[in-house]
Amino acid sequence: MRFVDEFRDADKARALSAKITSLCEPGRQYKFMEVCGGHTHTIYKHGLEDYLPENITLVHGPGCPVCVIPMGRIDDAIHIARQPGVLMTSFGDMMRVPGSGGNFFDSNAEGTNIRMVYSPLDSLKIARQNPDMHVVFMAIGFETTAPSTAMTMLRAAKDGIDNFSVFCNHITIIPAIKAILDSPDLRLDGFIGPGHVSTVIGCRPYEFIARDYGKPIVVSGFEPLDILQSIYMLMVQLKEGRSDVENQYSRVVPWHGNPTALRAIAETMELRPYFEWRGLGFISHSALRVRETFERFDAELRYEIPGVRVADPKACQCGEVLKGVLKPWECKVFGTACTPETPIGTCMVSPEGACAAYYNFGRFTRTRVREASLSTVDDLAASARRVPS
Amino acid sequence: MIEILTDRPDLAKVDVSGVKRAINIGLVAEEGIAPGDWVLIHVGFALSKIDEVEAKAAMEFLESIGKAYEDEIAALRDSEIV
Repeated sequence: MRFVDEFRDADKARALSAKITSLCEPGRQYKFMEVCGGHTHTIYKHGLEDYLPENITLVHGPGCPVCVIPMGRIDDAIHIARQPGVLMTSFGDMMRVPGSGGNFFDSNAEGTNIRMVYSPLDSLKIARQNPDMHVVFMAIGFETTAPSTAMTMLRAAKDGIDNFSVFCNHITIIPAIKAILDSPDLRLDGFIGPGHVSTVIGCRPYEFIARDYGKPIVVSGFEPLDILQSIYMLMVQLKEGRSDVENQYSRVVPWHGNPTALRAIAETMELRPYFEWRGLGFISHSALRVRETFERFDAELRYEIPGVRVADPKACQCGEVLKGVLKPWECKVFGTACTPETPIGTCMVSPEGACAAYYNFGRFTRTRVREASLSTVDDLAASARRVPS
Repeated sequence: MIEILTDRPDLAKVDVSGVKRAINIGLVAEEGIAPGDWVLIHVGFALSKIDEVEAKAAMEFLESIGKAYEDEIAALRDSEIV
C-alpha cells in the first residue's frame, strides 16, 4: 500500500458521487467550507466539483498560511532583512508575496539577503556556515509548521547557536474558524476539516463547532477520494440530523493529535493577545510569538519592528475570497491584472491559494461544466436512493 | 523510512518517491518508529506515522461503496423494462 494511488481511483470517485447525490434533499442547497488550502488545491487539481451535484457548493476557507499574512508583516520582514549583518530565510512560497514596496525578490535586488529554505533546520545550517551574520528565519504557518520552528529553536538552544532568531508569524486555526462561524456574511452547512493541522492538534478542538454551532465537521485527507468521502460523511450527518466531529483521515490523524509537537510549541511559544489576518482583520489569541524564556531567539525583540498596518491594494479582493464570500473568478482583477506571474494579492501566490488553484488548473468558468460521463452517475442516483447508505 | 542514523538518533533517512534524504524524527520518536514505517513529512520533519490498519479500513469502505455502485450498474445493464 502506498497510500496515494489507491485514493485516486476514478471508479470509486464516481461511486461516491452517486452516493452523495442520493443523499441530497430536493431543492436544498448545501454549502461546505474546506478550511485548508491543501484541500482547495486538490479540489481544483482533480476537478472534484465536477463530481458533485449542482446543489453542493464548496467554499474555500482561510487555511492557506501565505494568503492570510497581511502586507504589513512582509514590510516588517523586509525591514529586518535590511538591518546590517542580517541574513533572512523563509519558505519559497513567501518570496513572491507582495509587500507595499515589493516582494522579497525585489528587496534582494536592492541589497538584502533573503534566502529560500525547505526546512527551518536549514536556517541553523546557514547560521553555522555564516558565524559573522545573524540568521533570521521568517516563520509562517499553522500548527502544522509551528512544531518544526519550535524544534529548531530547541535545537539552537541545545547546540548553543546564538546567531539565529525567529520572526514568528505562526497562526492558529481554531480562532479563524470561529471568526468565520461568527461572520454574518456566510451560511455554511458544514466543514471539511484540515488534515495536516489535525495531525498536531487532533480532533477535539473542533468539538465546539458541532456542539455550539450545530455544524458537522469531518477531518479529511488530501487525496480526491478522501475529500469526496468526507463530503459523503457530512451529507450522512445532515441526513441523520447530527452534527459531530468525525475523522476521515484516521490513517494519519490520531484523535488526540501529536503530544510531542504540542509540548514543543508550548515550551517555546505563547499566544499573542491578537494578530491581524488578511481579510479577517484582527482576531484575538489567533497567533503565536516566541516565549519569554526563549527571547534570545525572538527577532521581534532583537530588531525594532515598524508594525505599520498597510491596506491591501484597492483592486485586490483577497479578503472576500479568504472569507469565502467571493469565488476567485468574481474578483475584478482575477486573471487579468492579477496572475501567478504578477500577483497583486496573496491568494494568487501560493499553490494553496484559491485564486492560484483556479488559475493554474483552468477552472475559472462561471457556469459549472460537468463531465458528460457523469450524467450516467446522476441518472443512477435516483435509483441509488433506494440503496441504504 | 529506511533507517535511523546511528550517529544522530533524531534523524532518519527516508525515501520520497526515489529521493533519499535525512529528516528529523523528533516529533514521532515518542510514538516509536522503525524502518519500513510510512511517515507524513512536513518541512523536514516527520509529523505523523501513517497507520496502515486505518488506511486499509478506509480503503475497504471505499471498495464497499464501489461494489454497491458496480452492482447497481450491472443490475441496470441486466434490466429489461418493457
